[in-house]
Amino acid sequence: MNDTKKTYWKGIQQLKNDPAFVKNADKEFVDLGVEDDPRHSRRDFLKMMGFSVAAASLAACEAPVRKAIPYVNKPVDVDPSIPNYYASTYVNGGDYCSIVVKTREGRPIKIEGNSLSKVSMGGTSAQVEASVLSLYDNYRLRGPKAGADSASWEDVDKAITGKLGEISAAGGQIRIVSNTILSPSTKAAIGRFTAKYPTTVHVQYDPVSYTGITKANEASFGKAMIPSYDFSKARTIVSVGADFLGTWLAPIEFTKQYSENRKVSEKVTTMSRHYQFESNLSLTGANADYRTMIRPSQQGLVVAQLYNIIAGKAGRASVSAGIDKVANLEKAANELWASRGQALVVCGSNDKDVQVLVNGINDMLGSYGTTIHANKTVNFRQGNDEAMAALIADVEANKVAGVIFYNCNPVFDHPMGAKLEAALKNVSLSVSTSSTEDETASASGYKAPDHHYLESWNDFEPKTNSFSLSQPAITPIFKTRQAQESLMTWAGEPTEYFAFLKENWRNWYYGTAGGGLSFQSFWDKCLYDGVLDLSNGEAETLTFSGDVDAAASAISTNYKSNNTGFELAIYESYAIGNGSQANNPLLQELPDPITKAVWDHYATISQKDAAELGVDNDAEGRTQYINITAGGKTIKVPALVQPGQAPGTIGIAIGYGRTKVGVVAANMGVNIYPLVTMVNGSLNFNVTSGVTVAKTDEAYQIAQTQIHQTYMGRSSVIQESVLSEFKKDPHAGREFPKITKWDEKVDPGTVSLWKGHDYLDHHWGMAIDLNSCTGCGACIVACNVENNVALVGKQEVINRREMHWLRIDRYYSSDATDISNYEQLEHAAENPEVVFQPMLCQHCNNAPCETVCPVAATTHSTEGLNQMTYNRCIGTRYCANNCPYKVRRFNWFKYHDNQQFYQANPAMNTDLGRMVLNPDVTVRSRGVMEKCSFCVQRIQAGKLNAKREKRTVKDGEIVTACQASCTSGAILFGDLNDENSQISKLLQVKRNEKRPNSPDKQIGNPRAYRVLEDIGVKPNIYYLTKIKNKDLTNA
Amino acid sequence: MTHQISGLLKNLASALLIVLSFTSFAQEISSDPAVVADGAALFDANCKACHRVKQKLIGPALAGVYDRAPSLDWIKNFVRNSSKVIASGDEYANKIYEENGKTLMTAFTSFSDDQIMSIMAYVKAEAEKPDEAPAATAGGGDGAGQPSLPTTYLNAILIGMVIILVLLLVILGLIINALKRYLDQKDLSEEDREVVHSPFTLGTVMRSPGFVFVVVFIVACVSFKTIIDGLYSIGVQQGYQPKQPIAFSHKVHAGQYEIECKYCHTGAMKGRSANIPSPNICMNCHTQIRKGTITGESEIAKIVAAVENNRPIEWVRIHNLPDLAYFNHSQHVNVGGIECQTCHGPIQEMDVVKQYSLLTMGWCIDCHRKTDVNTKGNAYYDNLLELHNNKAMKVEDIGGLECAKCHY
Repeated sequence: MNDTKKTYWKGIQQLKNDPAFVKNADKEFVDLGVEDDPRHSRRDFLKMMGFSVAAASLAACEAPVRKAIPYVNKPVDVDPSIPNYYASTYVNGGDYCSIVVKTREGRPIKIEGNSLSKVSMGGTSAQVEASVLSLYDNYRLRGPKAGADSASWEDVDKAITGKLGEISAAGGQIRIVSNTILSPSTKAAIGRFTAKYPTTVHVQYDPVSYTGITKANEASFGKAMIPSYDFSKARTIVSVGADFLGTWLAPIEFTKQYSENRKVSEKVTTMSRHYQFESNLSLTGANADYRTMIRPSQQGLVVAQLYNIIAGKAGRASVSAGIDKVANLEKAANELWASRGQALVVCGSNDKDVQVLVNGINDMLGSYGTTIHANKTVNFRQGNDEAMAALIADVEANKVAGVIFYNCNPVFDHPMGAKLEAALKNVSLSVSTSSTEDETASASGYKAPDHHYLESWNDFEPKTNSFSLSQPAITPIFKTRQAQESLMTWAGEPTEYFAFLKENWRNWYYGTAGGGLSFQSFWDKCLYDGVLDLSNGEAETLTFSGDVDAAASAISTNYKSNNTGFELAIYESYAIGNGSQANNPLLQELPDPITKAVWDHYATISQKDAAELGVDNDAEGRTQYINITAGGKTIKVPALVQPGQAPGTIGIAIGYGRTKVGVVAANMGVNIYPLVTMVNGSLNFNVTSGVTVAKTDEAYQIAQTQIHQTYMGRSSVIQESVLSEFKKDPHAGREFPKITKWDEKVDPGTVSLWKGHDYLDHHWGMAIDLNSCTGCGACIVACNVENNVALVGKQEVINRREMHWLRIDRYYSSDATDISNYEQLEHAAENPEVVFQPMLCQHCNNAPCETVCPVAATTHSTEGLNQMTYNRCIGTRYCANNCPYKVRRFNWFKYHDNQQFYQANPAMNTDLGRMVLNPDVTVRSRGVMEKCSFCVQRIQAGKLNAKREKRTVKDGEIVTACQASCTSGAILFGDLNDENSQISKLLQVKRNEKRPNSPDKQIGNPRAYRVLEDIGVKPNIYYLTKIKNKDLTNA
Repeated sequence: MTHQISGLLKNLASALLIVLSFTSFAQEISSDPAVVADGAALFDANCKACHRVKQKLIGPALAGVYDRAPSLDWIKNFVRNSSKVIASGDEYANKIYEENGKTLMTAFTSFSDDQIMSIMAYVKAEAEKPDEAPAATAGGGDGAGQPSLPTTYLNAILIGMVIILVLLLVILGLIINALKRYLDQKDLSEEDREVVHSPFTLGTVMRSPGFVFVVVFIVACVSFKTIIDGLYSIGVQQGYQPKQPIAFSHKVHAGQYEIECKYCHTGAMKGRSANIPSPNICMNCHTQIRKGTITGESEIAKIVAAVENNRPIEWVRIHNLPDLAYFNHSQHVNVGGIECQTCHGPIQEMDVVKQYSLLTMGWCIDCHRKTDVNTKGNAYYDNLLELHNNKAMKVEDIGGLECAKCHY
């Protein structure tokens, strides 16, 4: 091989030793022209790209051009950044609340109670607070529609008027269907319509019917009405199935009255005693001193038995119905009798016979004129079940030619809705004025959408001679029109409703209430106050003339003391109510006060039945579906094991299962209204026979915000006692933890690693009375709206990522007596007592979160606030980890401008929804921690107001959103440095003599305690012990 | 000194006037300084947009109006409702109505007699002030003149120092030369001679490790600082001076015509936002003034068009605070009593407004550290003052640096 020394050439150039080849011989890519071209090298490309990226990112640093667009013609009283407040009225069907609307730049952003109202007395509920977001519901109709197509008002009016004319000419029947109408002027507008088309009949119905009470009053007193109840005058309250703090009749008013008698102190040691007999554990039952579980089929008998016991004392004849061995009934009757004149019995039944007996009991107890005012009747529920049933029958029988649905949705919320929907196809004219395209509007030929109530003028008479006005707080967002105007237009008398309303007030009320003012001044004053009260006539004496024997005999046939099958107790859930606001995510994400479930529809089932059926709930809310068959209909819902649910009963809420509702509530639950039956001339929300329940193996997970049931005997969290003990020693129930030093045991507050802050000017603090708090959750919604708290949707709640700054912990008591046996303590009792505890950032003076933040994003202010600075937070979450109260919430996602949360959080993800955001509070982004700020924006605004007016801050001027919404007055916020403030007086604050400005003040109120006092973090929130008014033997 | 003289002049003038105007109504007009001060405030807030004391603006110059007008009651009526007086056929009223291009004066129905009289008092006091333009500059000179004296000194000192240093250099050079010459004369060893005559060139210096280190160090420091400064300036728009849809000149309005800032920026005293005036505020004056000082008719026509077409004017926002920072004008302007110019700069000299201040958090904090709280006459601060032994408090001392004062 060696001698054959071959030479290999790459080419002829190498062979020839071409100078050009020699020059490039050691280069790998000689021929690549690109490399040769100095303008286009690969490196240059990379350089260029690098430069462009850098330049682009630098250019992006340049702030975008932002516009500032002033009004063309600035309204005199509207200043950007300064809120305006308008007195108005929330009305949803017959639900009523006098309110004050806060608007910013012409957008309503918050609703608060109107304290001038004698009806709602400044209270609100979760539904009222949340209704501001319903204004910005994307599902609202943008304008009128004919069939499925958008149309102009002119065309729709022309078509409707034409058809009405035809019907009228042919003598056809016309119906106007509505929920309860509280508005006198609306009724007058309907009157005008009826005058033009005399075949028109106005039918009112209520999704949750109170016809039974109206009829019973007619039978008892000859007057079909519902009287006013005054719980504040009652020392003994017995409620048989009436959830008067949650949903029954006028819960806002009742909560206000009820809580007056639940506030105890060293000076006031009297308190009402409240007995509750019910099937589902309701909000009211949870607050009762004595609660007895009964079946719906026993309800009438329990009332009859109560009647008999009291009749025995009153010397009246007993009736032929009754039931034995109902716990606490005898005791309740004795106490009712003992406190007659200050006693009140209410019943949630819609059965006329039962209500007649209730009237009889109240009559014997002397309640009329003391706790029940029949001369001040309430108008909240005027529906007539029989008239509505007749209407649906008429429509089915083709006897009606035209139907106008005035802001109601019977296709969904009436038991015969499906029949109505089918029959509507044959009606020649059907019109709906609903502001959304709901089930009824979809089934109607014409949609003539009404304004949202925040865009409307209207008047109301919630109670006899108590009036209120509502005024627009925003220019109508869409091409909607006030329904009253529509009705008058179709009647051929197009009138501006505002002018019509004002004229009515001039004619109706100005004469009696004008008081020498000019009409304009009178009107302005009414509008400013939002309410007008006329004096009531003399209290008429009512003579009870009800036929109790007939009622009792009906009861004894309709009710059974020993039913064994399953029974359905259909209830109205606190948040969703009758379903009209189902598309409101604030309500969907509001935890049910009792079950703490969100975004879900479920059946509550007792622990005993669950065990028998094999239904098992785990700590993550995982459960199984059950099939419930009643009245030939089968529904499939997940089961939720509920302590306090009467065995043999299933609780299930109406308001779910909407089909035409928008994305928020889409595909959620089953419509329960069809299970409601007509009994005895009124709708019966209990199904007591023919109910079967079967467990399926299909798994389901319910999202709950609280999954531990009891407080495990930790008395540093909940401190409670009973009234008799409290009278003996106001410190009853209190725990005084001590910590051990090397030589002695001392109070935890006396030992600290830190010198402590000095609060020179203000020292903000809060007191929460556990005895007043009913657990309703209005504060949660108020907090969400005020502070732009993101809603996260069901899955994120399951992942424990709900963002609520304020939660209400609900604890059941346990049967276990052995405090050391934790496993037993975990399980709630069969019929447990319930304690609610609002839990929010405690603004600790020695805050453990502050010391662990590596970037000082959470710090302490000189006014006692624990501040959270979002723009500094880097999201280590050490603070949440170190918070003993678990009140810090982390933004796991960017909840705004994120289509993933479009359904759950429209307030931050749609242009329309964003109008509700509070411009004074930052919308937080992903990766930062957030928590209750004590509404620092309100504190700052209040201080600034005082500074501008060159005065000190007035007590009560600065209230947090939760306090403002708290109907029962359980939350009190104020300045602990101000000796004359309400909170200082309530807590009996004394300054530290040695160091006057230190946060360590002496708290004199024996009921005041701080949660987890023993860990020495020194919160600025004090809780007042829960005092139940029950006998110690039962404790 | 100037004060004394002007005081003397004023006294003289008023004495003279009292004598001269014996027959006029002017004697009813107070010269009490408190009344004059009240009048000045009212005048600035209400009248200044259209009137000057000695100069015709939209309305006539007001000096001597108390002598010209038929009676003081006539003035009161005219101020409250001029159109009514004109409509009543009053001769003098119709005369001035004609003279002033048939411009109706805004009706100030809420003014009380005392208020109108205090305005008259102010007008009178102003009118009687000696008519010297330098009065204004002298006022400004108090501020600017005093520091100008030390600056000249400073410059002289600096120049002197430089001269001394140069002289020193020359002397040192001479000494070195003298020493070299002296050493040359001596009998030195070869090594020593090399040292004395070592080739001290620029090249050797440049290449020496010490020099290289110093240069590298300085370059590194400077570039590091530049980068850091550059990063800090991201989002900072100091000097931002965008073109606006209407060439509105603050120099003309706030400078030349001395219109009070808050006349147009209505929110500054009461709310978070100072408010860009809505065109209806512009139209208060521009219903009459259709020709601008600089741009003629074209720009004012845009305002008229906006009002007529009901189409808002889209101004370009100059001062952009991030959403996470809460700033409230009324806290600073109303409560703190801070001049607009403190943050917005000499706005009365800007034809096109630019962002004068940094508007960074450091800038805010810096001011909160240095500024005394305006506690005077504000009962809100009484308690705090007591706790601070009635000494001046900086904003910092009452929590002005806390996060949740601006971030929530």
